[in-house]
Amino acid sequence: MESILHITTLHYLVLGAALFLLGVIGVLTRRNVVIVLMSIELILNAVNLNLVAFSRMWGGLHGQVFSIFVITDAAAEAAVGLGILIAFFRNKETVNIDEVNLLKW
Amino acid sequence: MAPVATPFFFYLFAAIMLMGGIAVITRKNPVHSALALIVALLAQASLYLMLYAPFVAGVQIILYAGGIMVLFLFVIMLVSIDRSIKERQFNRQWVVGMIAATALGGLFVAVYTKGKDIFPEHALSVAEGDNTQKIATMLYGQYMFTFEIASLLLLVAIIGAVVMAKKRI
Repeated sequence: MESILHITTLHYLVLGAALFLLGVIGVLTRRNVVIVLMSIELILNAVNLNLVAFSRMWGGLHGQVFSIFVITDAAAEAAVGLGILIAFFRNKETVNIDEVNLLKW
Repeated sequence: MAPVATPFFFYLFAAIMLMGGIAVITRKNPVHSALALIVALLAQASLYLMLYAPFVAGVQIILYAGGIMVLFLFVIMLVSIDRSIKERQFNRQWVVGMIAATALGGLFVAVYTKGKDIFPEHALSVAEGDNTQKIATMLYGQYMFTFEIASLLLLVAIIGAVVMAKKRI
């Protein structure tokens, strides 16, 4: 009971792990490439939650600064990924990721 | 007697965030997924506030929920989703994918049950007042080079996105 009611760093880490798993499941099982990109955002957010929780645990701000860099990275990744998605849709008229199989042997 | 408000809000926001995440990966319509992702991001911003990180919470709301998700919704508008809604939503390798995800979940459970004692019980106390000022001092002092690299990365991303999405250059 005490470990449930007393919120520690571990609670945030377990929550981050759960969110990470949801993102991994989305990336591995969905066909729609837009939802795959959103699942990657979920993964990055899980990492961010861990970083901010560690920052709270050590009392410094390095984790928060790092999480801002991760958010910058996510913005760049979303912009390039959606650009690729538009090019892909123009060529193939589909958003299903398993129809991109030119490199498949 | 432990305080009640902190665990209550932690579990409330955690539940909202996880339900938003589940909705993201299960909805058929990408627009619904995007809206669920916005809900999850806002709940996560609340968790940042509970971790005494108001600046990161603000950045999360402004940049993620306000910027990146608008980009997502615009692109969903540009590509036609009518056909993919009617089709199969999960790819053929979904069994293998679920097995891999279960293995990763087992790894997480093993790590966090074996290693839970290395985390200190009580978080260190941090100054709450000047969070934004301290982060700005670190960004423009200690992390100056990284900050410039990040701006270069954003420039490359802008040019790359335009080149990708343009019909002919």
